[in-house]
Formats: sequence, C-alpha cells, structure tokens
Amino acid sequence: MFLKEYISEVVNGVSSLLKGMRKTGYYFAHPKEIITEQYPDNRATLLMSDRFKGEVVMPHDENNEHACTGCTACELACPNGTIKVVTKFEVSPEGKKKKAIDALVYRLELCTMCNLCVVACPSDAIKMAPNFEHSVFDRTKLTKVLNQTGSKIREGIE
Amino acid sequence: MFSLEGITTYVQDWLFMKFNPTLALAMECVIVILLAISLFAILGLVLVLMERKVAAHIQIRLGPNRVGPGGMFQTVADTLKLIMKEGLVPDMADKFLFNLAPFVVMMVGMLLLAPIAFAKNFQIWDINIGVLYISSVSSLSVIGILMAGWASNNKYSLLGAMRSGAQIVSYELSAGFAVLTIVVLTGSLQLSDIVNAQQNGWWIFKGHIPAVIAFVLYIIAVTAETNRAPFDLAEAESELTAGFHTEYSGMRFALFFLAEYINIFIVCAIGATLFFGGWMPLHIGNWEAFNHIMDYIPSSVWFMGKTFFLIFLIMWFRWTFPRLRVDQLLNLEWKYLLPISLFNLLLVAVIAILGWHF
Repeated sequence: MFLKEYISEVVNGVSSLLKGMRKTGYYFAHPKEIITEQYPDNRATLLMSDRFKGEVVMPHDENNEHACTGCTACELACPNGTIKVVTKFEVSPEGKKKKAIDALVYRLELCTMCNLCVVACPSDAIKMAPNFEHSVFDRTKLTKVLNQTGSKIREGIE
Repeated sequence: MFSLEGITTYVQDWLFMKFNPTLALAMECVIVILLAISLFAILGLVLVLMERKVAAHIQIRLGPNRVGPGGMFQTVADTLKLIMKEGLVPDMADKFLFNLAPFVVMMVGMLLLAPIAFAKNFQIWDINIGVLYISSVSSLSVIGILMAGWASNNKYSLLGAMRSGAQIVSYELSAGFAVLTIVVLTGSLQLSDIVNAQQNGWWIFKGHIPAVIAFVLYIIAVTAETNRAPFDLAEAESELTAGFHTEYSGMRFALFFLAEYINIFIVCAIGATLFFGGWMPLHIGNWEAFNHIMDYIPSSVWFMGKTFFLIFLIMWFRWTFPRLRVDQLLNLEWKYLLPISLFNLLLVAVIAILGWHF
C-alpha cells in the first residue's frame, strides 16, 4: 500500500511538471504569442485599449460644437479640484439669456484619472482619451482649456 | 571534411619539428590554456544571452533587443560594464578568503574541462579514471561557495552558502549513481571508452528504460548541483537577496556569474557524453548507409548540438518550475531520488550482467 502511494506520488509529480513544461515549451516554439510592445518604435501602430484612461477631453463635432451645458457637475464631482468651469451668459436672438461655458479649465497635473467627472456628466460632454504621452518642459502647459476657441453648445442639449 | 583532430595533429607536428620536445610541450600547454580561457569567455557571453532569450520567449517576451542586431551584443556590453565597476570589499569581511572564493569556483570549472572530449580525439587529458575525476572535482566547487558565504560577514551570504553545502552534498549522491549506471554498462571510467562504446547507438537508446531513468535523475541532480532554479536556494533572491554572492560586485561577481554558466556547460557536456554519445554521430545498429551519412556531420558539431540541447533543457526547467523549500529539496533527494537511483543501479547491473542491452 505504501509503495503504491509512493509510486503514484512520483507519477503525479512528474506528470504535473511535464504539463508545465508543455505550456512553456509551446510559448517558446510560438514567437507570435509574444505580447511585448516595442513602444517608441511602434508609436504609429500602437493600439491602446478603449478603457484606458489617459486624460479628459471634450469631443467637438465638425461644426465646432460640444455638448457641455456648463452645469458644473464635473467640477463638483472632482475629488481634487482638477476641473474648473467658467460660465458666461449668452443672449439668444429672441432676447433670452442662456447659461454656457466660457472655459472648462482642466489641470492635468492634479488629475488622478478617477473617471468620476465623466460619470457625473449628464450630457456626455467629456470623456477619457487613451493618450498617455503627457510630458512637457513647462508645468503651465499642463493646464488646459478643453473647449476649443469659438465653439458653442450643440443645438437641443439642455 | 572539417575536423578539429586534423588541426591539433598539424599544430603538434609543426611544434615538434621546429622546437625541442620540452619547449614544444610547454608551448602546447600555453595554447591549451589560452584556448580554455577563450572558450570560457565565449561560453559566458553566449550562454548568458541564450538564457535571457530563452527566458524571454518562454515568458512571452522579446528579451534583450537593443544592443546590436537582435540584442546580440547585450552580454558584451554587460561584461564591459562589470569590468569597469568598482569591486567593493565589505569592511569586516575576511579580505583574503573573500578575494579567493570566486577564483576557487572558477578553477573548479577549469579543472573539469580537462577530461571532456569536445570532438573525435580532441580532448585535453584522456585520463583513465575520467568519470571519477569529474565527480570528485565537481564537488570541490562547494568549498568556493562556502568560502564566499563565510568570508562576506553577512547573514544572507552565510545562509545561502550553508544551503548550497547541504544541497550539493545530498545531490552529489544521485548524480553519482546516475553516472555509475553508464559506467556499469560500459565497464570503463575512461570518457573515450564510454564514447566509443556508443558506436552502434547511444546509451539512452541502448540501455532501455533504466538508462532513461538514470538520465532524468542525472538532469535533476546536476540542476541542483549547479544551484539553478528550481533548486537555487543558495541564491534565492526573494529570501536571501543573492545568497552567497550578495556582497560581491564588479569583476568578482562576474566570475561567480561566469562560473555558474561554465558549470552548466560542463555538466551538460558530461551528460551528453554519458547518455548521448558525446561526439559520436547518431548511429543506428547496422544501418550502414544511414550511419555513413551521419558521419559527414563533424563530430564537434554533434557534441555542441547535444550539449546545447541539454543546456536548453535545464533553462527550460528554470523558467517553468517554482522554487522548492529547503525541506522539500532534501525530501526530494533522500526520499525519492536516492532510493530510485539505487534501485535503478541494481536494474542496470542485472541488464549489464545478462547482456540485455544492445
């Protein structure tokens, strides 16, 4: 009985080691499985995952219009004061006053990419971009205004 | 056809023609020493690069790929860096032993080179107790490791050295038994006899299953003896920083590093000689035509091919298996490998006496 246990232990040990060697041997023999990205060389073809959070951007459409209503929900949601919404009042042709953004100031150096502002936004005006090359020589360049100059809010978004 | 034997004969004839015998012998010694040192340097560079590349590909990485085409000169650059680094000696260390230890480890590697047959009739010293010489000299390397651990005045180094001592002393046994099986089959301790006995087939094929078991035991034991993962308890970087060479830097560290790879090469060369016929081409019984075609591949290529295959096997082990604990390590040797190798030796003795091998 003892001998049987002993032999089965040896056989089990050897077979499990061989199973591991089969896996690593497969990886060795199949170089196409390699997952290394040769980053600075493949910058042109580099594919980042969709959920990668690199910085907050505000998408604009071809008419230079965005979806931000200036509700400051993102500013309130931000845990470390990264976003500052500067609002102004626009007067429409009918003489009605409407709240709009003058500048959505985003300070990248304070941002922790927590995604809370994107979640808080009621009109999906901001989103996370997969860009991660943020290094600059001057710290002031990290303070960005997200809305483009001359842009206005898209029709039909309240 | 290319053969190293022709070159050595030519050089020897030329030396003995030009100079008197004593001077010629001295010059031959110098040539052999130079060749051995350059072999060590080249092996160090090639094996470290090979290890890094094999490791990378096994772990789905690319490995070194910046210095030279495909990272070919990475190890050259590393060696240059190590040469230029300062070799620190700890304040309270035993200076003499601390400086001596890497050279002891290195010297063992050099001594082991002597009886290895690199190609047909290309051997430094065809000693008639070759296998005994190898097993006795290879156990000396533990002295260098203990010396390094003890002289460093560092608890990690000491622990690593002690572990290495326990490990080498135990695994020497099953390595010895595995080697003995081939000695029993051949009936000679001389390496050239062992190679010649494999004229009509390598021992791993001729010796049936016991030879295969002996080969597996041999590979496990020498992996432990060279202190490589999964038996790298002497280094155990996660527990003991770097074990016995924690305090070493610069060229002294490089010598330890080199000695590790030289030892791998030597144990694999011996394994190839014993089980895979050394420089003997693949011969199958009396298939004359097949044997003749195989003879066209130079014997040095056969030897290097087999040796590097075994080195690859050991590297494959290293990057696949998890490290053992000390008690597991000693359990494996004393409860599993030793009884199996004793039984295996008995089996081989029966086979040899009854002449059941081919």
